[in-house]
Amino acid sequence: MKKAALLSLLFLVLSGCASSSSWGWYVIDPRTKSGWINIKFLVSGMGSTIQISLIAAFISIILGLIIVLPGLSSRRWLRVISRIYVEFVRAIPLLPMLFWVFYGLPLIFKSMGLNIPIDPFWGAIITLAISDSAFTAEIYRAGIQSIPKGQTEAAQTVGLSYAQSMRYVILPQAVRLILPPIANQFIYIVKMSAFASVIGMQELTRRANELVVSEYRPLEIYSLLIVEYLVLVLVISAGVRWLERRMGTGDHR
Amino acid sequence: MKDHPAQDFAIELVDVNKWFGDFHVLRNINLSVRTGEKVVICGPSGSGKSTVVRCINRLEVHQQGTIHVDGIELTADPKSIHDIRAEVGMVFQQFNLFPHLTVLKNLILGPMKARGLSRQQAEKTARHYLERVKIPEQADKKPGQLSGGQQQRVAIARSLCMEPKVMLFDEPTSALDPEMISEVLDVMVELANEGMTMVVVTHEMGFARKVADKMVFMDAGEIVEQGKPDQFFNNPKSERCRKFLSQILQH
Ligand SMILES: Nc1ncnc2c1ncn2[C@@H]1O[C@H](COP(=O)(O)OP(=O)(O)O)[C@@H](O)[C@H]1O
Ligand SMILES: [Mg+2]
Repeated sequence: MKKAALLSLLFLVLSGCASSSSWGWYVIDPRTKSGWINIKFLVSGMGSTIQISLIAAFISIILGLIIVLPGLSSRRWLRVISRIYVEFVRAIPLLPMLFWVFYGLPLIFKSMGLNIPIDPFWGAIITLAISDSAFTAEIYRAGIQSIPKGQTEAAQTVGLSYAQSMRYVILPQAVRLILPPIANQFIYIVKMSAFASVIGMQELTRRANELVVSEYRPLEIYSLLIVEYLVLVLVISAGVRWLERRMGTGDHR
Repeated sequence: MKDHPAQDFAIELVDVNKWFGDFHVLRNINLSVRTGEKVVICGPSGSGKSTVVRCINRLEVHQQGTIHVDGIELTADPKSIHDIRAEVGMVFQQFNLFPHLTVLKNLILGPMKARGLSRQQAEKTARHYLERVKIPEQADKKPGQLSGGQQQRVAIARSLCMEPKVMLFDEPTSALDPEMISEVLDVMVELANEGMTMVVVTHEMGFARKVADKMVFMDAGEIVEQGKPDQFFNNPKSERCRKFLSQILQH
């Protein structure tokens, strides 16, 4: 009963905000021809959203590792560099960073005599990857530091170099702690990829915006957009839980 | 690299001092260990025993004095650290086995990655040493599936696989249940009888009487007394050492 009351309240609020004072779900009604065409148009952004997110996440996973290693060094200045990167990148909001990458980087390249154009696709990927890498680095740090110091020492006493002890002793143990939160970060990337719409990337949000301009039914179209992201995130969540289960039992294989 | 004249000393510490921040943890440590000699270090908790042992293979850095291992001086030079670690095996109180690898893989990791042995050679050596510590049948288990005593014997075998000239033991039986202590000590006695050079931090005085060529007593960062076991146990010179011995021999 409480649920029904809440739902009708929500309904009232929503219909109050609608531009015309009635619903217009016809824009995305799959039973009508135009509604079906609209749905297909909206969903067709899915491929780009997935592509951008996957590539950005991949780069971020590697970048995060490159950033965290100096942060664990015994040399102070290396730790400081890593720290500054993390604090700085974490603090920059995504939207201005996106503008900087998309409009600013080509200018900087030009002043260095290079002609490297950045298209919306790579602009979005670079921004997302950099922004996410600060978080990835922190996740790596927590995972690596949770491995007891004795493991590194034992690795040293059997002659392993720093890189070898990371590769064969520390990271394989830390990965069980690192993977689930890294996979969670992927959800963040998927949602933040919506910002790519402002530099003209044809992904889910951009498609929705374009349809809103021609159909003038923002509430209904954005509702479908929410459902699209929801489906993506639920699929990822299921994957993360599967991964966590596997990692949890992976000890005594 | 063999730049030191006193070749008969496997390990030689001369006037070694070390600080943790302001805390003067090692004070003028002088200690020499001949090839084949067995040295047992004892002393109250916090007296710096672990730190001495850990300085010998550069797990800790000393700030003053010199340390030579097999004629090589231990400096910040990565090559000297690498060369010395190749000759020094170490067994920790907490075993520090690699929990994600099987026993066999624990043993072959160092020989394969650090010394470039083939898997076949490394496994042959590994099985040989597992035999020597009397657990050849546990090769394919993970460390977590073994008892404490078995884990510590694996740790000893892991060190031996690197074929070190010197073995360091830092309270190897302190983390073990009482009924497992002797199986580890037995392996160490055998190793001693085969002529390995050993530095052992332990409070197992029965073991010390059996194998030690030299006893060292540390307190508050200093070596208070060192000498032959007979004299050390029956007629200690310092009051501090006498008191310590009477305390640990009581139980
Ligand atoms: N990494 C460290 N940083 C600061 N103090 C330390 C560190 N390691 C050991 N100490 C201190 O140095 C002293 C000697 O420690 P240790 O060599 O472990 O003693 P023991 O092995 O004889 O019990 C102790 O007071 C200990 O608290
Ligand atoms: Mg100790």
